[in-house]
Amino acid sequence: MAESENTQTGTVVGVDVGGTFTDLVALSSEGLRLAKVPSTVEDQSQGVLNALASANCEIAALDLIVHGTTTTTNAVLERKLARTGLITTQGFRDILELGRRTRPQAYGMFGEFKPLIPRDLRFEVPERMDSDSNILTPLDIEAVKTAANTLLEKGCEAVVVHFLHSYANPTHELQAVEVLHKLWPNDYITAGHALLSESREYERGVTAAVNASVQPVLSNYVDRLSHALTDQGYARDLLIMNGNGGMVSAQSVSKEAAKTVMSGPASGVMAAAFTGRAANEPNLITYDMGGTSTDVALIRDATPSVSNEIEVEYGMPIHVPMVDVRTVGAGGGSIAKINAGGLLEVGPESAGATPGPICYGRGGTQPTISDANYLLGRLRPSGLSLDEQLQRSKEVRRAFTEHLAPALKCSAVEAAEAVVQVANTKMAGAIRMVSLSLGADPRDFALFAFGGAGPLHAAALAKELDIPRVLIPARPGLTNALGCVVADLRHDFVRTINTPLFDLPSGKLADIFGTLISKGKALIAKETISLDSVDTILSLDMQFVGQTHLLRVPVVDQQMSLDALQALFEDAYLSRFQVALDDMPAAIVNVNCSILGRRPPLDLSLLSCPTSRAKTLGSAQTDTRNVFFGNTWLETPVCNRKALPSDAAISGPAIIEQMDTTIVVPPEDHVTSDAVGNLILHVGGGA
Amino acid sequence: MTLDPITLTVIQAGLQQVCDEMDLAFSRAAFSPVIAEANDRSDGIYAASDGALIAQGTAGLPVFVGTMQHSTRTLIEMINSSDVAAPNPGDIYIVNDPYLGGTHLMDVRFAKPFYRDGEIFCWLSNTGHWPDTGGAVPGGFSASATAVEQEGLRLPPVKLFKQGVLDKEIFAIIQSNIRVAEQRIGDVQAQAAALLVGETRLAALLDRYGDATVSNAISELNMRASSQMRACLKNIPNGIYRSQAYVDSDGVVNTPLTIALNVTKTDEELTFDFQGSSPPCLGPMNSVRATTHSAVYLGMRHIFPDVPMNAGAFAPFTITGIEDSFLDAKYPRPVSGCAAEVSQRIAEAVFAALVQAIPEKVTAAPAGTSGNFALGGFDPTRSRNYVMYQISGGGYGGNAQHDGLSNGCSTIGISKAPPIEIMEQAYPVLYRHYALHEGSGGAGEHRGGFGLDYEVELRRGEAKASFVMDHGRFGPQGARGGCDGEVNKVTVYRDSAPYTPEHLSKEQDIPLNAGDRVHVQTPGGGGYGNPLERDPQLVAEDVRLERYSPHQAKILFGVVITSSFEVDRAATSSLRREKRATLSDAP
Repeated sequence: MAESENTQTGTVVGVDVGGTFTDLVALSSEGLRLAKVPSTVEDQSQGVLNALASANCEIAALDLIVHGTTTTTNAVLERKLARTGLITTQGFRDILELGRRTRPQAYGMFGEFKPLIPRDLRFEVPERMDSDSNILTPLDIEAVKTAANTLLEKGCEAVVVHFLHSYANPTHELQAVEVLHKLWPNDYITAGHALLSESREYERGVTAAVNASVQPVLSNYVDRLSHALTDQGYARDLLIMNGNGGMVSAQSVSKEAAKTVMSGPASGVMAAAFTGRAANEPNLITYDMGGTSTDVALIRDATPSVSNEIEVEYGMPIHVPMVDVRTVGAGGGSIAKINAGGLLEVGPESAGATPGPICYGRGGTQPTISDANYLLGRLRPSGLSLDEQLQRSKEVRRAFTEHLAPALKCSAVEAAEAVVQVANTKMAGAIRMVSLSLGADPRDFALFAFGGAGPLHAAALAKELDIPRVLIPARPGLTNALGCVVADLRHDFVRTINTPLFDLPSGKLADIFGTLISKGKALIAKETISLDSVDTILSLDMQFVGQTHLLRVPVVDQQMSLDALQALFEDAYLSRFQVALDDMPAAIVNVNCSILGRRPPLDLSLLSCPTSRAKTLGSAQTDTRNVFFGNTWLETPVCNRKALPSDAAISGPAIIEQMDTTIVVPPEDHVTSDAVGNLILHVGGGA
Repeated sequence: MTLDPITLTVIQAGLQQVCDEMDLAFSRAAFSPVIAEANDRSDGIYAASDGALIAQGTAGLPVFVGTMQHSTRTLIEMINSSDVAAPNPGDIYIVNDPYLGGTHLMDVRFAKPFYRDGEIFCWLSNTGHWPDTGGAVPGGFSASATAVEQEGLRLPPVKLFKQGVLDKEIFAIIQSNIRVAEQRIGDVQAQAAALLVGETRLAALLDRYGDATVSNAISELNMRASSQMRACLKNIPNGIYRSQAYVDSDGVVNTPLTIALNVTKTDEELTFDFQGSSPPCLGPMNSVRATTHSAVYLGMRHIFPDVPMNAGAFAPFTITGIEDSFLDAKYPRPVSGCAAEVSQRIAEAVFAALVQAIPEKVTAAPAGTSGNFALGGFDPTRSRNYVMYQISGGGYGGNAQHDGLSNGCSTIGISKAPPIEIMEQAYPVLYRHYALHEGSGGAGEHRGGFGLDYEVELRRGEAKASFVMDHGRFGPQGARGGCDGEVNKVTVYRDSAPYTPEHLSKEQDIPLNAGDRVHVQTPGGGGYGNPLERDPQLVAEDVRLERYSPHQAKILFGVVITSSFEVDRAATSSLRREKRATLSDAP
């Protein structure tokens, strides 16, 4: 499906490939085009071209295409990776298989783990460095050559060089890479220290192994897409989204391919941050509820939390800076059942996309969260005839009557209400834990609801969490694609120094900041797209000497005195943990620097179409239906969001429907609209 | 008043949330890496009348399942009998006495009464593993202690906080008796702050739903958990299931200790009878009652992880026959091995008994040792004393679904191993290798996972090496015809001459000089099912990956592998036929 208003030139296109749909947002000063087409799993570029065609974009006339792709995410999660070899320190080839001595769950002795690189493709060479950068055993160059040739014979396409303590002294890794460049047939050579220069051999090794093994996959994909676009006359830049929420040029993206893993959720959060800034809501908890899971992230001062310690799945840490998106709780497809103790449980099992919830008619038979919303009158799958609707209703009701109602001793509808309530409790708890673990109190935030199911539950969740307001963007289902359009160019650097504060030689910290800043600015200067400004964000990961947890402290002045840094950290510590510790020396573990190339701002109000708006609220109302709230059915007006007047104010109960989501406004809440096209839901009628 | 199931579910989630937030607050603010990184702590809510577990944080260290309800109950009894001062709002009791419902001395418990309208509504309690509580050796794990006094400072329940204020005099006594004392105030503050978080959140829950409703929900949830556990137990056919597990030695007297277990299933109840287990021992491998009970609960929770944790879940279990055995040691028996080692042997006995009854739900025995290697010495370059711990995992048991996991953490833990690079930064050591313990997975249709094989060299100065490990004498048990996993091996190279500890897995203070090395191979998991039934292709794959030698493939699995790692089909079937015949001839 596609929508378009106006024809335009000077267009920036964001295309995001998701699991089910490929979404496109094309924005120019004159207007907006949108498209949502099915993703093409085998070759995502086909879906991208389909989306461009569906939005009637004249490819040759576009100014910029920014692309979010799940190519590397899928490759990692489905282990469809390039054959990759490892060359490592004598005695340590099993590091990638031994991991950090963990198990998948706290309780239960079942579970498996498969290393990224199998044992027969992991080769050891004589070399050894110590933690003080001393060479204990020189690198055996001949052994590197032999290992490389054997790996090639065994059909490896990519190779990782991973030596102990290379973060402290990369000499041996650099020597090995130099040798490899002479005999390896391509550029898919990753040195452990290159992406992540910090101690912890497992995390650094896995990060490097992920990078190497997705490089060929990403590179092939980007080439394919670039060629296809060039064939259609596109002559400008293709930029690719990274997991840090920034973007880099297609030519250089595969060099650090690991950074693109998890970029999909990151771009959604970037769009939220951008929207929040425009709407004067700089502090947001993003709540993206889809079919199988829910993603949550924290935005403070319009800046998303970024972590260098994301674990993509059990035993798979990718330690490059990524927007800290946590997957929690339930999705629309989460199955409700009665456990052996007679209590209602929602999830963790999910009906997924197939068979899916019963109400979507793809063969689902187990009651899900979506079905509960359906039964309560909140959700109506579109495009159904009256007969089909009646049939669906019957099936859903029967499932609740059979599976849930007897144990709960209530009607099917009350059981559905219980399912929603239990799911909300669970999601609210999970959101609280995410906020608390990031040192935030959810009450200080607004909830940014998107994804197909987010706006269905947002009001109830906000109430549960004492969050006063919910922001629902103009296009909740296209948030990731919008993130592509608004993203900045971004390069992140982390330097581990792990030194007590007062052991730092004077000027050392300023030197490190200086080096990182010029490195980043040089990279930004190479990009050809036009920028408004180049910004620098500096921070330190600190701790008290003897601790292991890190606290990130933003730094504005790179020349700060050590005393001032100690004080800065003590303040941050107190405000985070409510524990004041006097006379404890602080230490700096990581020095962080991000360089951002800011793009010209976009006018978000373009996302809403002025011509489709009705003059009065009354004429935006399409229907009335009975919706179950609390413990009773209420006759509830149903509005079409597209037709809402720009200054619409709606009191609950109400249902607002749009192409990509359904917004539930409970009786005690009300909704207003803002100048940039967002709806603001005020919980409990508050301001 | 009857409660509707929805309110019940919501209150259950609420109580759980309170505990999870306490866990989080404790770990985030704690100083000690043992708590902050290794999560060696737990937080929970306990009944006012008898200390019964109401809810416990999901991220707590597994071994603490059930211990704090013992310590809280003991505290309540001592308050009732006026052996301990009566509580006031804001008080926090500190206690680490193993014989009063504890584990070892290092597990320090805080307990705080939670008041509503002037009455104690429930208790909040948490346990944190302190890096040191004094005693003969840093860290408290002395393999040769013969009395608890040698293991550290023993605290009866005393009020460390009185009406919200830290008692500096008591704290000064503690500080004067423990090592690295200056950082402990950070842990004390974190441990108290976690209870405060619990207090605030629990009050909010009660305000919202009403005290009476929550009280009712707590009893109802106990009953529900109990019926959920009973429903799980229905899968176990009625009968008696016997098993034994052995601790290598007590560290002082070099003879094995036996855990004898008869599990009797009748209708919806399980009785765990430990009659016939060894008497209390001289060395520190004694367990105390609370730890023994907790180890049984832990084993059951590993088997049925979905049952919510409250006292009701444990109600269908009866534990008997521990009196007069080393599983119920009394003062002054040393106990430092109870939480880390003996508890895992008890869980192993539970697994070994129940794998006979519900083979699809239970794995063969996991490595089941914490593999504690401590190195204490003086680093001349940095002019400082240090104590380094290398805690290691091992292979997990094969099971009905798949092969066992390699290098998993102890049954009682959930923490990550420290990186080699961090160890080498912090201590004057160099790792020579860190690898899979090849050949260690017990053979089976689904083989055990592999243990760890590492070697550490002392680079400078002098140091003393101590080991508190287990399974050096007997490998982790196989199940349903699977072989045992390979045993734990410790070899110390002094002036290049190999030395094996007399007790194999335990020894205290082996002196080392620069250049001396310690080589440890941790146990593999037990195998599951007859190894002769293992898919020969999988055996060939293991040989190709050098996990087993071709010789082991023949001996253990009856599979003949060619030089190009193919299965020699003909030779394999005749070898397997031969082996089966030998097996069936065996008496």
